[in-house]
Amino acid sequence: MSITVYVPCDAGALSLGAEAVATAIAAEARQREVEVRVVRNGSRGLYWLEPMVEVATADGRVAYGPVQREDVPSLFEADFLHGGSHTLALGPTDAIAYLKSQQRLTFARVGIIDPRSLDDYRAHGGYRGLEAALGMDGTAIVQAVTDAGLRGRGGAAFPAGIKWKTCLDAPADRKYIVCNADEGDSGTFADRMIMEGDPFVLIEGMTIAGLAVGASHGYIYLRCEYPHAQRALEAAIASAEADGYLGDDVRGSGKPFRLEVRMAAGAYICGEETSLLESLEGKRGQVRFKPPLPAIEGLFGKPTVINNVVTLASVPIILDKGAAYYRDYGSGRSRGTLPLQLAGNLKRPGLVERAFGLTLRELIEDYGGGTASGRPVRAVQVGGPLGAYIPASQLDTPIDYEAFVAIGGMLGHGGIVVFDDSVDMAAQARYAMEFCAIESCGKCTPCRIGSTRGVEVIDRIVAGNAAERERNEVLLRDLCQTMLAGSLCALGGMAPFPVLSALDHFPEDFAGAADKKAS
Amino acid sequence: MKRAANAASLPDMPENVRTAVLKVTARLKDQPGALLPVLHGVQAALGYIPEASVPLIAREMNLSRADVHGVISFYHYFRSQPAGRRVIYLCRAESCQAMGAVTLEKHIRQRLGVDFHETTADGAFTLEPVYCLGNCACSPAMMVDDELKGRLTPAGFDAWLAAEKMDAETT
Repeated sequence: MSITVYVPCDAGALSLGAEAVATAIAAEARQREVEVRVVRNGSRGLYWLEPMVEVATADGRVAYGPVQREDVPSLFEADFLHGGSHTLALGPTDAIAYLKSQQRLTFARVGIIDPRSLDDYRAHGGYRGLEAALGMDGTAIVQAVTDAGLRGRGGAAFPAGIKWKTCLDAPADRKYIVCNADEGDSGTFADRMIMEGDPFVLIEGMTIAGLAVGASHGYIYLRCEYPHAQRALEAAIASAEADGYLGDDVRGSGKPFRLEVRMAAGAYICGEETSLLESLEGKRGQVRFKPPLPAIEGLFGKPTVINNVVTLASVPIILDKGAAYYRDYGSGRSRGTLPLQLAGNLKRPGLVERAFGLTLRELIEDYGGGTASGRPVRAVQVGGPLGAYIPASQLDTPIDYEAFVAIGGMLGHGGIVVFDDSVDMAAQARYAMEFCAIESCGKCTPCRIGSTRGVEVIDRIVAGNAAERERNEVLLRDLCQTMLAGSLCALGGMAPFPVLSALDHFPEDFAGAADKKAS
Repeated sequence: MKRAANAASLPDMPENVRTAVLKVTARLKDQPGALLPVLHGVQAALGYIPEASVPLIAREMNLSRADVHGVISFYHYFRSQPAGRRVIYLCRAESCQAMGAVTLEKHIRQRLGVDFHETTADGAFTLEPVYCLGNCACSPAMMVDDELKGRLTPAGFDAWLAAEKMDAETT
């Protein structure tokens, strides 16, 4: 009987040599005349153990990692095909503490199933949400999403149900569902993992959204840095079409829904919803004025629901298990679970999906295991390049949208980047302004000009003496206020967050070169 | 944006450019919002989007040359000049910074003898900055064409480069 071995085809695992491992396992098995079926799953999100190989045994799946090509002969020697012991053995996958303590709703299947197999998807609860939605009218579907308390996971945390309701109520001959898969924030990779590891859940979520608001066409706007996700999505869309889950008549409902992947072209700003729509229309990705809201006048001037990958991928389970099931996770006004992405200088970086309410410290210390360098944590940037730098003294902040706003930060897309004490926070502040200057769409002055002036002022602070530093700090804070209040969108409007938080919490790093010489 | 380009005065362009553009536009131009897919198609076929192709793209898409030029120049990914045989996208973003990307970047620039957006003298490599490859749990990261690398060190880069050069010599 053939034994099933799982070797991830997730881009992160591939970046560490998973392809060579998969090839070596197949070759070694042939040579030893053992029948092995190699399944290319997504990643479980335990990236310090990638490439992580799993074997399906009589007692469930057991894991080995991190496996390199050279380890393969010794794994066979140790009889890993029957869970044999080896220095890389990790035991039953489900018992690994990092995974066991998680609450995986959106990521329920990622790393478990074969992302190319629609049968595997259905065997693990896939398309049950759509089946439920097909028996409901649009208003009832929107109500379920509203009752679940699902908020936009892309960063803005706007209630998805309200967005959907606005679009549902907008009369039009044509409406669109757009998935924002332009995951540009550093420290985030949850969207990528879903698209590569469980692409059908995104397709299902978008189909449900289409049924809910009466849209017949969907676009996935995918960043061009994600070629693996592109291939996974296109293969999944073709399978879904072949089985009648997409097309002119979704599962015999008489309702059409078609889906298309559109590639972005490397502009960070196109993660902002209105510039994304411009880009989809074939234009420069320049931000639009709001109103009108995209839900009323969006893509090609038609009512459009635009949501992030994780938001849409969370919809199927809400329809399948009910709004209350999802809502009962979480705290305060932050309902459900959030896939958090641990990145930067950590021993155990990876994907942790948990209900809202745990603290940053639990994530960094209990899951992350502290810094990879072994040095103390000095600063943590949460929410991408526009998120505030949080000092070690605020690590007890709970993962909750409102709690982060209260400390002058934002949770954003749930990316957490940890820095040790070797970080130069003045350099990080400068980088935030530099990044804003490179990626500004140029439409509004505070962002376009302000970011360049910001770089210059920070350079003067760092180069100058105490008097100059004081003068320029006033200028920098004033500039930040102008950007905060006067920018059209979040890029210029939030780039000051990392800058001001670095100034407030780490003023010593801005001491001028002249002062440093004097002391 | 729908202004007809002056069809009468298309400048000369190499035949392969004309053929490539017409092949892509014939396939895609009727899609709604087709300009980005068209530009991706042209760049995939030719390796870049030659200046000389802009008037033809504009005519086929019923746009002005300025519209097409504006879109090409807005997006970092589109290039108007040919690249090296392989394009190295090196991540400069925060997660990679936290894991030594600044040192790695200096090393790679020095090793290749180029700055960002430049191509090595032998035409083998173009170095481009990128702001996140989504491989933040395996920082620092780089992508070479479609091939992603994680936990990259200066020594790891040198080993990769040596293997690449060996491949280039043997093929």
